[in-house]
Amino acid sequence: MSDVVERTLTALPGLLSLDLQTGAGKLSSTSKLGNLIRSITELTSKHDEEKLIKRELAAIKEQVSSPNTTMRQMKETMVRSIYCEMLGYEADFTYIHAIKLAQQGSVLEKRVGYLAVSLFLNENHELLLLLVNTVLKDLQSTNLIEVCMALTVVSQIFPRDMIPAILPLVEEKLNHPKEIIRRKAVQALHKFYLIAPNQVQHIHSKFRKALCDKDPGVMAASLHIYLQMIKESADSYRDLAGSFVTILKQVVGGKLPVDYNYHSVPAPWVQIQLLRILALLGKDDQSTSELMYDVLDESIRRAEINHNITYAILFECVKTIYTIHPKEELLEKAAKCIGNFVLSPKINLKYLGLKALTYVVQQDANLALQHQMTIIECLDHSDIIIKRETLELLFRITNAQNVTVIVEKMLDFLRLCHEDYAIIDLVAKVAELAEKYAPDNRWFIETMSTIFTVGGELMQPDIPSNFLRLLAEGSDSVEDDRLLRTYAVDSYVSLLQTNPTKLPQRFLQVISWVLGEYSHLVDDLSPCLVIDLLVRLLERPAVASDTRSWVMTAVGKLSTGAGGGTGAGGGTAEGGAGLVQRVSQQHSSSLDTQLRQQALELQLLSQDPELHTRVLPRGAVWGSLEVDSSLSFLDGFVSEALARGAAPYKPPHQRQEELRQEKALSLEPYALSLPISLSSCSIADRQSPTLLSISSGLSGNSTELPHRAGSGSLKLEGVKRVWGKDGYLPQREVPEGPSILQEASAPAPQTFPQQGGALTPPSADPSEEDRDKQQLASSLFVGLSSHNSTCLMGKPEAPVPQRFRRKHKNTDSASASSSSDSSHSPHDAANHFLYSSLLEEGPASPIMLAQNSLAPPKRTEANGTHTRGDTPVLPTANGVAEVGDQEAPPSLTMANEEAPSPGVGRHRDPPLLMGGMKLVQPCPPHPAPRASTQSSAEGADPPQLPELPPEPDHLPPELRNLPHSDMAPLASDQSLSLSCCRVHREDALVLVLQMSNACGAALLDVSVELQCHELKVASLRGNALESLPAQSVRVCWYTLLMEAPHTHVMVTGSVSYREESGPSHALEISSKLSLADFLRPLVLSTEEYGKLWLSLSQDVKQNLTLLDPDGDPLCSSLSVLKDKLQLHVVDIIGSEGIVACKLLQGAPCLLHCRVHAGALAVWLRSPVPGLPDCLLYHLQRALQER
Amino acid sequence: MIKFFLMVNKQGQTRLSKYYENVDISKRAALEADVVKGCLSRRKDECSFVEYKDYKLVYRQYAALYIVVGVTDTENELSIYELVHNFIEVLDKYFSRVSELDIMFNLDKVHIILDEMILNGHVVETNKNRILAPLLVLDKMVES
Repeated sequence: MSDVVERTLTALPGLLSLDLQTGAGKLSSTSKLGNLIRSITELTSKHDEEKLIKRELAAIKEQVSSPNTTMRQMKETMVRSIYCEMLGYEADFTYIHAIKLAQQGSVLEKRVGYLAVSLFLNENHELLLLLVNTVLKDLQSTNLIEVCMALTVVSQIFPRDMIPAILPLVEEKLNHPKEIIRRKAVQALHKFYLIAPNQVQHIHSKFRKALCDKDPGVMAASLHIYLQMIKESADSYRDLAGSFVTILKQVVGGKLPVDYNYHSVPAPWVQIQLLRILALLGKDDQSTSELMYDVLDESIRRAEINHNITYAILFECVKTIYTIHPKEELLEKAAKCIGNFVLSPKINLKYLGLKALTYVVQQDANLALQHQMTIIECLDHSDIIIKRETLELLFRITNAQNVTVIVEKMLDFLRLCHEDYAIIDLVAKVAELAEKYAPDNRWFIETMSTIFTVGGELMQPDIPSNFLRLLAEGSDSVEDDRLLRTYAVDSYVSLLQTNPTKLPQRFLQVISWVLGEYSHLVDDLSPCLVIDLLVRLLERPAVASDTRSWVMTAVGKLSTGAGGGTGAGGGTAEGGAGLVQRVSQQHSSSLDTQLRQQALELQLLSQDPELHTRVLPRGAVWGSLEVDSSLSFLDGFVSEALARGAAPYKPPHQRQEELRQEKALSLEPYALSLPISLSSCSIADRQSPTLLSISSGLSGNSTELPHRAGSGSLKLEGVKRVWGKDGYLPQREVPEGPSILQEASAPAPQTFPQQGGALTPPSADPSEEDRDKQQLASSLFVGLSSHNSTCLMGKPEAPVPQRFRRKHKNTDSASASSSSDSSHSPHDAANHFLYSSLLEEGPASPIMLAQNSLAPPKRTEANGTHTRGDTPVLPTANGVAEVGDQEAPPSLTMANEEAPSPGVGRHRDPPLLMGGMKLVQPCPPHPAPRASTQSSAEGADPPQLPELPPEPDHLPPELRNLPHSDMAPLASDQSLSLSCCRVHREDALVLVLQMSNACGAALLDVSVELQCHELKVASLRGNALESLPAQSVRVCWYTLLMEAPHTHVMVTGSVSYREESGPSHALEISSKLSLADFLRPLVLSTEEYGKLWLSLSQDVKQNLTLLDPDGDPLCSSLSVLKDKLQLHVVDIIGSEGIVACKLLQGAPCLLHCRVHAGALAVWLRSPVPGLPDCLLYHLQRALQER
Repeated sequence: MIKFFLMVNKQGQTRLSKYYENVDISKRAALEADVVKGCLSRRKDECSFVEYKDYKLVYRQYAALYIVVGVTDTENELSIYELVHNFIEVLDKYFSRVSELDIMFNLDKVHIILDEMILNGHVVETNKNRILAPLLVLDKMVES
């Protein structure tokens, strides 16, 4: 070390003179920066470093706060802070000074200021806003170098929300005479495209201009934007393929200036970029691909210089050739290139060759055969990276015949591997292969055991879940299942008997579940023995508490078999029962509440065999278990609670948002809330309400926690589903009964027979070692050639006999249900196992039945997926629950048309309350000469015209002054006609339902039921009448609250009544309400608007059609929106307008409207996720309708 | 896509670091230590590409200085390997025979050069003259 320092010091003078030569800085060795650097080079320990940097930071702090510090000193200080941060010590107090330096410094200082900003701040840092003005000023500067650095910083880091402020300036720069400015402008637009794509939508034509720019630098910069856009939608840019091909031709042909050459290769990185673009464009498109064949051929031909960069280009060519529509001639050339790579003595090229091979082997398995000996050599390569890449390749060529060898190789690697990420990745792959291609039970169980042991706590939690699901759901053959399960039990018992201490928790959980569930299948296995083994696990301190609860559950399941009165255990009964007793007693005072609860349950269950068989039935059919994921059985409970005044449920993300809103400008919530809302979203979006239902419905159940913990983390990791679509689809070939198993396992895996016409390796000198390798080769590459050169992976594996199959669903509610099943997150399945039996006793059924009476009876078929297969198909409560779905309106219309109720009105569509209705503003209350009371209404509603809208005057007086719609007819029959009117109260939408009796006799027991799942329906008035006198009119009203935004909601309901002497009737009603009914103007000042704007997070932008383009488009458009959607126009400044509204009394939504390029660019912000989108929909409609 | 660009010396000390994806400053030191460990322990005859978490490291040694680039799996490793060399050639041209000390004493300029070459993880310019042009103008303005 010391001589390093010495050399360093002697080098210093020379270095300094060099600095002066290039005119760089005037660094002297005595400067503060020089001192710091010298001290850094002299550091010997981490401790010294810490001391040094702490001291340095203190000095910097002092210097930046001193008013006498010049900008030049400040620049030096910034570099010192960069050093501190680079070594990992935060220097956040200098951030503001970096911005100041960028603002006030002169050129080089300014550049360093910008540099420090880009190094210190991240995209979301609030200080970034302070940079906007500086950037704005520099963009307008006459000094090109300042413009240049402003563009550079903009393309590195810029607050997304402020893009509109500088966008016009940046666009302007696209036409700048200097190439560097044009190039940097394109780069800045690329950045904008990455962070806010819809803001630059309107300048796509300018991108094309940049692509055709006469300067190659500008063109190259535009390629980045195109690559990105083509990745997102290749179809929109196929017309440009010709241009890209021409450009590539010119580049390859050396038409660019010589200084673009790198080691005599013309602009290699531009070539690579172009090749990537071509690959995307030519994929799955023959005619576009044909355009490229020539230039690809030329690229390969020209890449003759022996230099790494040529190989890099060749690699890209190969990828492109194999991605686009194939051409034989090119494929051959590409294959030759790959061969050169793989055979190269240069290790980097070998790596690249393997990578290319992995990429192409899906299309051309023969290529792997050609290089099989090289692959085998690579498998034993001393470089672990080469080995890993080879395994990746083997993974792609695995089939039923070579699976044992390949998996063996992968497991060998895993056993020696210590890198977490590699383990997670490989374990998942082995599990996938094992499930797909396992040759027999023994191999499968043993491989899975190895996976569980090696993967330990690292592996993705869906691997054990899938394995259990596989065991539980079974295949189509009962015998197969039995054999597999028995084998698993045997193997686990012996594992537990030998050495369970080393087994990871997840594996122990799997073992406990399997033993609890299936050990009764093994005849000569005494339940006592199993219980004993399990109980011993409980005594080990290393066993985690969630594993304990799996063990306890297993013991619980086994306790009947072990005696407790059923006598199944025979002679051993007493021992087993005693053991169970002992365990339950021992843990009934455990400090772990969960364990304690389970122990108590166990105690109870073991004493009551009848209860035991009911709660934990043996061999229950899992397939028949369905979980009502919509939680509809709780609807009754919920509405009761709401009626009692309970606060409505809010999903966690909404609560989070509200909290955030309260905090307004708090500095932290952004970072904090994101992961939380993410996780909650994933729970809400996928099927996991199951999970919630279990926790809420059976909160007493003690076994739920371990799984919840596991599944929470599971969702976030982007779980890879191991089961391919083949595993689920019912249309797989019809199984031939139990014989399948024997047949498939017949080719004994260990003998490596050369079936399938496997290529024998090229006949090399058959020395001893070579023979080994060849044998390995024949076992590895077996079965590849039989598939010929057609793609191996692409084909849906039809010819490969799949080992383990799911059973056909007995409820066979069509493939829809099974495919949706596959999207169930694994914990669902696991929960099925755990709670299946308990759920059957759950409170669900009675409530469901109770609700049934309300459900329209026609919806049963849609319930197929939810109904339990073993119960008679009931029109379950799901019908009610699903009314809220999109499919609801049509079915309800049908109800309107076909319902047995006589003389239903002839509205084909659900009477649209929104269509064409204008709101009556709270004009001076009508003189209402005719009638303002109900009694005098008879004249207003002549019986012969029941559909006619009745006078609006039946509105209750307290509502009459509020904005409201006209009365619109809803439904009617001979005796009763219904119409309704919407009243916009400040805090709610009031739906006034008017019932008029059109017949000569009174109607009795009139009652109204109204429901809507998206809305909170409350405050009823007059919804039950004992009688409605002849020719009279009554109103009842409901207040509706919308808490989560929806564009439209359906309100459905029915009115039932009885004629005096006749039968009872029911009238179905339904009406569609729009978001507009729930919007209220939000009155605030421009200043308040500005504050609120910055605190909102949900952000949507869109261009809308502009009205009245000739007159004052902004004003007229805004006034239309204002009238139709009840928005409040806060301010109009020039071509921009700001508008605000809120969702009833709740979430605000702010709009920023700008007239731009003949369109209305609207930018919406709200704290509530869906609100901007929903509102946008209505904005669009409102403007289109005009 | 490039995730980060590091220069470290044989002792594992960071001489330059640039992240193209937000990595918390508290986690950088650990990541750099990891990366250095992964690359410096490798022999000369081993491959210049290393697996690291879900991305790849491309590294190249120049005397006592290592340059390590973290890239995504879809990136062409060899082209990055050569990009590193291009970068060194640019430094060499600017500093005429660049040394570790040049880099240390001119950290700001090395960053400015790097910013011209790599932007948001993309290779944006590889033409040496054009990479250096803005910096040379700056130098000239400071002199005058």
